[in-house]
This record gives sequence, C-alpha cells and structure tokens, in this order.
Amino acid sequence: MAVTGILLVLFLIAHMLGNLKIFSGASSFDHYAHWLRELGVPLLPSAGFLWIQRVGLLAAVLLHIWAATVLALRARAARPVRYAHRKKVRGSYAARTMRWGGVIILLFVVYHILDLTTGTLNPVGDPSRPYANVVADFAPERWYVTAFYTLAIVALGFHLRHGVFSALRSLGQQTPRGEQRARAVALVFAVALCAGYLVVPFAVLTGLVS
Amino acid sequence: MNLTLRIWRQSGPQDKGRMVKYQVDDVSPDMSFLEMLDVLNERLILAGEEPVAFDHDCREGICGMCGLMINGDAHGPQRGTTACQLHMRQFSDGDTIDIEPWRARAFPVIKDLVVNRNAFDKIIAAGGYVTAPTGSAPEAHSVPVAKADADSAFESAACIGCGACVAACPNGSGMLFTAAKVTQLSLLPQGQPERYTRVIGMVDAHDEAGFGGCTNAGECTVVCPKGIPLTTIGRLNRDYLAATTRHADTPGT
Repeated sequence: MAVTGILLVLFLIAHMLGNLKIFSGASSFDHYAHWLRELGVPLLPSAGFLWIQRVGLLAAVLLHIWAATVLALRARAARPVRYAHRKKVRGSYAARTMRWGGVIILLFVVYHILDLTTGTLNPVGDPSRPYANVVADFAPERWYVTAFYTLAIVALGFHLRHGVFSALRSLGQQTPRGEQRARAVALVFAVALCAGYLVVPFAVLTGLVS
Repeated sequence: MNLTLRIWRQSGPQDKGRMVKYQVDDVSPDMSFLEMLDVLNERLILAGEEPVAFDHDCREGICGMCGLMINGDAHGPQRGTTACQLHMRQFSDGDTIDIEPWRARAFPVIKDLVVNRNAFDKIIAAGGYVTAPTGSAPEAHSVPVAKADADSAFESAACIGCGACVAACPNGSGMLFTAAKVTQLSLLPQGQPERYTRVIGMVDAHDEAGFGGCTNAGECTVVCPKGIPLTTIGRLNRDYLAATTRHADTPGT
C-alpha cells in the first residue's frame, strides 16, 4: 500500500506542476505536452517515455487496488458477526472513507483518461491541442464537469490526508513528535495538492484562462 | 436511576444469539458497571432465569479480564477506563444501554458476553518473551537503558491484553496489542537477542489467528484503557521491515 501509494503521489506532484503551466499561455502549455512526447528521443521512440510511465503507473495502481482489496476482505472476514450498535469511526473522516473514496478516485481516473488523454468525451478532443481541450472541458456551460472534477479532487485530498500519514507509519515512523509532524505534513500536502489541481478548472470557469 | 439494558444473550458457541431487553431499576450512580450487571444477575437468579455471563476478575482495572462493548464503545464512554472501573454516573436515568461482546473471528463467543481470547496467548507464545535468564531485578546501573526508551517500554508494558483494540478496530485487527508487546521488549537490552524473529513470529501468529490487517485508522488507541499509543505500531513496522530485509536469514541478531 505504502510503496505503490508513494509512487502514485510522485506522479500526482509532477502532473499538478505540469497542469499549472496552463497559466503561462497556450503555446507554452502545448509545447510542454509535446515535450513530454518527445522526451528521450532519439533514445526512445516518440511518446516512449509516456508509455514507460503509463505502464509503471498502471502496475502501481493495480498493486495498490490489490493490496486494498486484500485488506478489505481480511477486515470483512475478521468480523463475521457485526455489532448491533456501532459508533462511527472516530480516528478521522479521512480514515473512514479510504475505501469508497478510492473507488470514486478510480472512476474519476477512468473518466479523466477518456476526457483529456484519448479525447473521447471531450468537446474538442484533439490530442495535439491540449490547451484547447482543457478550455473547452471546463467551459461555464459544462459546469457539471467541473463539479465532478471538484468532487473527485476533494475525495483525493481526503485519501491523501490519511494515506500519506498511513504510508509514513507503515514505513516505520515511530515517535510521538514524528506522528504529529507526519499528520501535519499529510494535511498540508493534501490541501496544497487539492488547491493546485482545482485552480485550473476554476480558472477556466471564471474566464481567467481562455 | 432506572435503565433499560439490551444485552447479547447466546447460550453457547453454537447458538445464534440475540439481543434481549432487561429493565434494571434503582441503580445507584456510585455502582460500577459490573456491579449493575451483578444486580441484574441476582434478580435473574431469584426469578429462576439464567444469569448473564460476563468476564471479570480484579475489578480494579489492571487484569484485562472484563471487556464489554457498551453502546458501541469498547469499555464504555469514559476514556482510559476498563468496564469494571466505569461508574453508572456516566449514564442518566432512563437510558437504554446496548451491551455486546467483543466481535472478532479470532475471539469466538463462549457464552453471552464472554469471548475466548486464546488468540492473544498464541501471539505471545510466538515471541512475546525473552530467553535470557533475567533472575531477580538487576542492579539498575549494570545495563544502561536510556530514559526515553525505559519510559516508552513501560508505556507499552502497561497493555493488559483486554482486547478492546480488536473490538474497536474497523478491520478487526489486533495490531495495537501485538505492537505493544513487540515494543515493550524491543526497546530493552534483554529483548534484543530475539528482536527480529519475535516481530515476524508474532505478526505471523496474529495473521494466522484470523485478525484483520492494520490500516492505521487509530480507533484502537482511542478506546485503549491503558492509552497504548499508535506509535507502537510504527515501531513494530520498523522492526518488521528490518527483520524482512536486513536480517532475513539470521535469527536472533
């Protein structure tokens, strides 16, 4: 869980920084997207780096889901008779929603790839013009797309709030002061990542980027 | 005060079990929770009914025998308190109180509210001991132990093995118990010879007993009557990683 989670988090950071290039203009953003495809050429074929990254991420996602499924099945088996009276989990809302939050994020990733990678569900859907795709995607009349992105990113934020802390703990974080630090880092990181991702659709929605 | 109790009644391991409603009147707020159950049982015995079976021993919060899920709270609403030390002043007149046994596959119900916690003994048997003959208390300065380590080891050693951590865990995991026992020994010089075989043996025994996996949800430490901190699980994880990477083939070092 922790190792695959950290790999995915590293991708999330890179992806967010890439997204923020949209504020430096259409040509810069499109150039960045083309650069990602040309990365490693001539050592790699065109888009070779992206495919290596995609295979790596897919493996990490599958292992992450497999580990989560094993944990969920073990949890179910460990308590065959349920409590008649059960209090809600007090640890944190984030810890309580890890499993269903993860499902929301997975559904979002499927939609997101069909939307902005393959362009199938995008009104422009031209892979050579990513800036135009993004602007068309979050246009004010398609507010429901922005709403769904917001829901998914907030779910991701909660997932990271518990996930980052839990990963650090799984890898051996063991002092009380370190626990406070780990929780603080997880919270700040989750909020920062949420903000970094949400600023793009809302900039398009408000006409800041057009 | 007058209370309505809904208690899990199960005549034996094979019985399906059900919640049964009882009325208990004239409960003094100064009674402990178990004394309140004693009052109910005396009445049931006089009426020729089967009394409610529940575990208890010292009734002063140090033996770890008692353990009840009270209104969905392991050991009841008061933090840092075992069920025997919980007083009825925590409740109000007219309350309905649900009382259930610990629920876990590794803790099968023997009768009513009594569960078999033999699984914890199996975890201890898999490594919760030292092989060095320690004899009587040694001269305090002969083996230096850092104050912080001594304090953390003592904090973990306060675990009474009541099973509240398992009962409260959303995954039905016994990791806080296992981690407390691992931490208590791995921080002291006497625990070093078996440090890395211990952690693997105890985690294996934990998983074999049918407990769930830990997801660091943190419920366990909230209900723990001895306040065992969640950081012990980090110590267990670190020992486990060291044991499975660096020390894979060298038991005892």
